[in-house]
Amino acid sequence: MLNNKRHGKLAAVAVMAATALAITSCSSSETAAPAAEGGSATAAAEPVTITVHTFGGGENFGYDKAVETWNAANPNIQVKYQNLTDRFEDVYLPQLLQRLQAGSGAADIIALDEGAMGLMKARPQFFTDLAEYGLDSRKADFPAAKWDNGINADNKLFALGTDIGGMTMCYRKDLFEKAGLPTDREEVGKLWPDWNAFKAIGEKFKAANPGKTDPKFLDGPNTLYNVILSQEAPKNGNVAYFDKNNQLIVESNPAIKTSFDTVKDFSEAGLTAKLASFTPPWNTAIKKGAFATMGCPAWMLGVVSGAAGDENKGKWDVAAVPGGAGNWGGSYLAVPKQSKHPKEAAEVLNYLTGKDGHVMAFQEAAAFPSSIPAQQDPAVADLKNEFFNDAPTGQIFGASVKDLLPVFLGEKHAQVKTAVEKVLEGMDQGSIPYDQAWTKFLEAGVKAAG
Amino acid sequence: MTLHVDSPAAPPRPSPRRSGGRRGPKQSGGWSRFDLRATPYFLVSPYFLLFAIFGIFPLGYTLWVSLHDWELAGDKTLVGFDNYIELITDEAFWNAVVNTLGMFVMSTIPQLVLALLLANALNKRIRGRLFFRLGVLLPLITSVVAVAVVFTQLYGRDYGMINWFLSFFGVDAINWQNEKWSAWIAISTMIDWRWTGYNSIILLAAMQTIPKDLYEAASIDGATPKRQFWQITIPMLRPTIIFVVFISTIGGLTLFTEPVMFDGNPTMSGGSTGQYQTVAMFIVKEAFRDFDFGYAAAASWLLFVLILLGTLINYSFTRRIGGSK
Repeated sequence: MLNNKRHGKLAAVAVMAATALAITSCSSSETAAPAAEGGSATAAAEPVTITVHTFGGGENFGYDKAVETWNAANPNIQVKYQNLTDRFEDVYLPQLLQRLQAGSGAADIIALDEGAMGLMKARPQFFTDLAEYGLDSRKADFPAAKWDNGINADNKLFALGTDIGGMTMCYRKDLFEKAGLPTDREEVGKLWPDWNAFKAIGEKFKAANPGKTDPKFLDGPNTLYNVILSQEAPKNGNVAYFDKNNQLIVESNPAIKTSFDTVKDFSEAGLTAKLASFTPPWNTAIKKGAFATMGCPAWMLGVVSGAAGDENKGKWDVAAVPGGAGNWGGSYLAVPKQSKHPKEAAEVLNYLTGKDGHVMAFQEAAAFPSSIPAQQDPAVADLKNEFFNDAPTGQIFGASVKDLLPVFLGEKHAQVKTAVEKVLEGMDQGSIPYDQAWTKFLEAGVKAAG
Repeated sequence: MTLHVDSPAAPPRPSPRRSGGRRGPKQSGGWSRFDLRATPYFLVSPYFLLFAIFGIFPLGYTLWVSLHDWELAGDKTLVGFDNYIELITDEAFWNAVVNTLGMFVMSTIPQLVLALLLANALNKRIRGRLFFRLGVLLPLITSVVAVAVVFTQLYGRDYGMINWFLSFFGVDAINWQNEKWSAWIAISTMIDWRWTGYNSIILLAAMQTIPKDLYEAASIDGATPKRQFWQITIPMLRPTIIFVVFISTIGGLTLFTEPVMFDGNPTMSGGSTGQYQTVAMFIVKEAFRDFDFGYAAAASWLLFVLILLGTLINYSFTRRIGGSK
């Protein structure tokens, strides 16, 4: 039929027009990019804007003051700082990967959580070599573990460390007092040399708060699990879900099993408030004081003070953690290759990961510096945290990070972590029976790694 | 086809479409004939162009991606139908399918029944008719996310209003996210709250086109209002009911925002064991949480097939309305 033929031709025309459109739109953006670059290079007086994207709850990276200080001193390089989201694995990271792949949209400086460093190290094509801008000279400023993690698969320096986790235990002073427990942070720390002792205190707390709506001892399974894993991994070859050849070892690594069993133990004893961390109900519970203790890496202090708000100032305090040193979290800054101003971005990165940047971030968000000069600075070492009842956080975290060992995190660490922690949440909240939880935990890990 | 006026050279022809090119050689107005035939297509082409770019191309490209082991910002290798084969044996995928269908049935059936009854009520002569008609449509203008956030708070375990209310009857605090049945109920209420009014307004509009004399004649014959409803209203509404069912099927099978917000955080896992993970969430999880683009693309195509099947099944049901009599 003639009609059909014409239809076919028209369809062909439409397709051609569509592809032509697609091609022109592609090529125009490609030609536009170098032009813009050339433009800014010739007009050097023109102020350059460097964007910085971070993630995290509460006070997150705490760069407000550092950026303000920089912008006042450098009219030609203005920094625009934006915290995108409080969720790293399931919001920030996927967005970032899409922007890296698309070749546009990523900031000039991006923050990376340690959990994604394996993934990013395996994708060197997306990042600027910071050694080109002289940042390899900073090696002496960082602990070896932190520095080495910023070297990618091409053996290039692509990221510098910001904060480091360290480990302490946050607790609600007022709830401890009500339960007849000591409230002084030294005494509290002595209550629990290990997790068994911690559990015994939990039982005591529960006995004093038997009601259904009374505060619980712990928030939920996630924080507890990560704290214990951070202590156990260094005892088992410094690996978590993956061995150093990126093979999944969730079943064979005793660190995982120990952490899982301990969490299960606390959950079965009814010591948790059955809350998944970093959710709206969890934030509300922090505000309302629905639980008494929570494992706290340094950056968690900023999350707690941000979620609890000023009205809870002085109610929280910080004590030593049961079971000794560990590191959970801590981040990095990198410059994507797509940045139009890599030189200026590297300069800003150098400043933010330098002593001053670290110190200001610590003052603002309690993010403990990974930079050694910053750790030794009196402004860090002697700092007291007003929100946490003037706890000498500089001293406490300084002691907790002294003998940290690097834990290797595989390429798919973030996915496996999310998947297995879901099982912990399900177990804690009752949708997975305790006797099936370990099997489900392993299944989830294998699936996420696949 | 009002374009005829622009072609003065064309003599009046009874059926220009059919006679086509056979008369071609005799006619001098080749251009005008081309004009006559091509212009309408040209004028409607913007829609088809946009559809090609944003509809056909993504569909085809998704198919192409689904044949690969394709990692976001990573490697891609052609694997043929491996993704599909893996998918149809994936428990998590079928769990998502069951959830989607379950929530679809749980939300759509009460919703349409309620919409029909509401429309029938609004069709009566009542005081403040306009007020009520606007009122039922009101939930539609609220944002889906806002609805989901508010409902999720209402269903909160510790500080939610529904648990607070239930506590007066001695019911223990329910963790609504924890079990399939409770999560499905919660999500279904969100959907129904928002869409029942919309459907009832569409059904009401259709009801008003039913000739009044049918009802008058039925009244004279002594038919009760109930009987009038079943034997006049429902059969006359058939095309509209089919439309409403189609739209609800598509909406129900692509359910996404409500369960995502209900989860509290956007992990897309739909509860700790996927109690309320829908197929749309499964796709986003695979693509943007686990960065497995190929697998997600395959799942998208299966969802497409699923919607097609669902619509066909619903069509075969709804076309019988009134016809069986």
